[in-house]
Amino acid sequence: MSALKVIVSAIEQVADGICHFTFAAADGGELPGFSGGSHVVVSMPAHNRTYRNAYSLLSSPADRRNYQIAVRLQEQSRGGSRFMHEQVKVGSRLDISWPVNLFPISRVGHKHILVAGGIGITPFMSQVHELLRTGADFELHYAFRSPQYAGFIDQLQQLLGKNLICHDQSQRQVLDLQALLSQQPLGTHVYVCGPAGMVDALLSTAYELGWPDAHVHHEEFLAPPIGEPFTLRLKQSGKSVEVGAEVSMLEAMEAAGVDAPYLCRGGACGRCELEVLATDGVIEHHDHYLSDAEKGSGKKIMPCVSRAKCSFIELNL
Amino acid sequence: MNNLAYKRETFRDDYTYRNSPAAIRRFPFPFAEDHYMYSVNIEQHQPGAPGSIVEHAFDIDEHYVSECKDKLLTLAQDKGRYAALPHMMDAQWDFLELTMESLARDYPQLFTLTKDVDHWTWRNRPLEIEDSFIFGDASTLPLEPFDYMGRQVQGDFVLLDQREGTLFADAGFITSQADWSLAFDIGMSWHEWHGPVPQVEKMGIMDRALKFLMSLQQGSPVRRLNWTMTINPRLDTSPEHFPEWGPDKLTVTPQNAGEKAHLRVELQSMFRLPRSNAILFSIRCYLISLEELATYPRWAKRFHRVLKDLHPDLLEYKGIKVYHEAVLAWLSQHDDGAEIAAGTHPG
Repeated sequence: MSALKVIVSAIEQVADGICHFTFAAADGGELPGFSGGSHVVVSMPAHNRTYRNAYSLLSSPADRRNYQIAVRLQEQSRGGSRFMHEQVKVGSRLDISWPVNLFPISRVGHKHILVAGGIGITPFMSQVHELLRTGADFELHYAFRSPQYAGFIDQLQQLLGKNLICHDQSQRQVLDLQALLSQQPLGTHVYVCGPAGMVDALLSTAYELGWPDAHVHHEEFLAPPIGEPFTLRLKQSGKSVEVGAEVSMLEAMEAAGVDAPYLCRGGACGRCELEVLATDGVIEHHDHYLSDAEKGSGKKIMPCVSRAKCSFIELNL
Repeated sequence: MNNLAYKRETFRDDYTYRNSPAAIRRFPFPFAEDHYMYSVNIEQHQPGAPGSIVEHAFDIDEHYVSECKDKLLTLAQDKGRYAALPHMMDAQWDFLELTMESLARDYPQLFTLTKDVDHWTWRNRPLEIEDSFIFGDASTLPLEPFDYMGRQVQGDFVLLDQREGTLFADAGFITSQADWSLAFDIGMSWHEWHGPVPQVEKMGIMDRALKFLMSLQQGSPVRRLNWTMTINPRLDTSPEHFPEWGPDKLTVTPQNAGEKAHLRVELQSMFRLPRSNAILFSIRCYLISLEELATYPRWAKRFHRVLKDLHPDLLEYKGIKVYHEAVLAWLSQHDDGAEIAAGTHPG
């Protein structure tokens, strides 16, 4: 996969534990255009391994001079967010993927309700530019713990005015999903990004109110969970790869020089799907891509976030 | 290919279309083996060998001017060959940008694009077009952006919107289609418009191809070849105009097949577009008569063998059945049965 070479041109703390990075093209030219809701995968060359994390692009898609991302220091960082906070400086060179959009605004929607929780604001940053440009009917609901956690709030207030509705939990301003979703005109689409509890609550409220699935959108990138070590056997290449407790199957394969496909690395896009041929244990599916029936069949796995509780698993690769 | 001598030729009525020896040599002959099986056969659309049809993102060849004229004739007869649903305007600008930037970069003697922020000027020397406009403001162009550039690039184009877990054909510029209808397919989803392809659903090919396309990335376009046959070198073999070309199928004889029957190869390329997140599906058609094909004996032999044992469902689907015997009879004179090495190269 071809990478874009960028240089970090600015770093700024935007809220408690959240750093904002600006990237410019290393050759001084323009970066590729993108659509609202896109992300890039940033490769982080640490001394013993390369981390790859997906981050939403925050800037206006019309501005091709630079890209912007925000990185929250994860309390239980596997290394990626800590690397970005501690190792990356202005002038650092990084490889990033071309922009990918798994969370686009529906172009056939009549009205758009955006619902963000905390750092889940990031994919909406580029979307609001797109919605403003096309003159779409939309509103952004932004829920946060307290103002010091509300990244980009000033910028959003300036851009959106009354189209921004804040829900400050420290002021007991609760987002009433039932009320929000029960009185929208036909043809409205709703988009949610935030903590798992918030996403699940919105999805189930929309479902109970009879919203069509195609009108309910969510983005939830997962970090690969920690598990127990096991051995990966690759049938076609005859290779054997050890998967450590704190690395994903995909990362272990990459470290072993196996060219496995991927896009989002967060269990959402489906690109890295592999066929399971055998295992002596149980697959632990963590992705949002496979259907329950597919997960139950035990024949497919998304190695970016899923793993197995076993001594070995054999894949058709 | 920077100093092309454009051929003045027709794709209808008197059918004066011919390939020069150089065009025959670079023809995208699709059969590497003696037996053909439908497959998705997708590869990266990276720049290929100099002079080949995949040297550049969009191939401009000796037929450029005549083919663009033929597009105008088809559009004048039937306005429905161009259609774009209202939500596809960003994709239209993406298409204009991709084609203008590619042509100006790859054929600088023929095309020039100058930009002053949003003020763009486009010069197309072969077609004698020059326009200045504001990028993003459709009122500053004589036509909608997709229509405007669709007339200036060889081939057909479909813009696919990605939503609801599938792809919708929501805009198209279709003047050289191999017997399918834009008016019929516009707004359809992936599985709806592939409904008629035989023997495909049960193989799960369309599901896998859809999944692959949905994760197609900007900066990594892909391509594949497809093929069929056409009687007379006609670009517009649309269902709407079937009465004008359909009956020609009945005129093929073992004597005239070499001149009348053409192998029609489509170079299909797919690009993820930046602003719209849409996919551009480009279908570029290459036509070659059996006589021209037989300039290279291994091509005639191989095509004979491919056609001889082609599955009856595919013969039916590709509309070859009625003249299959006549074409086989003509090709058999060129097939001595000798073994030929795998590969698509001419000599």
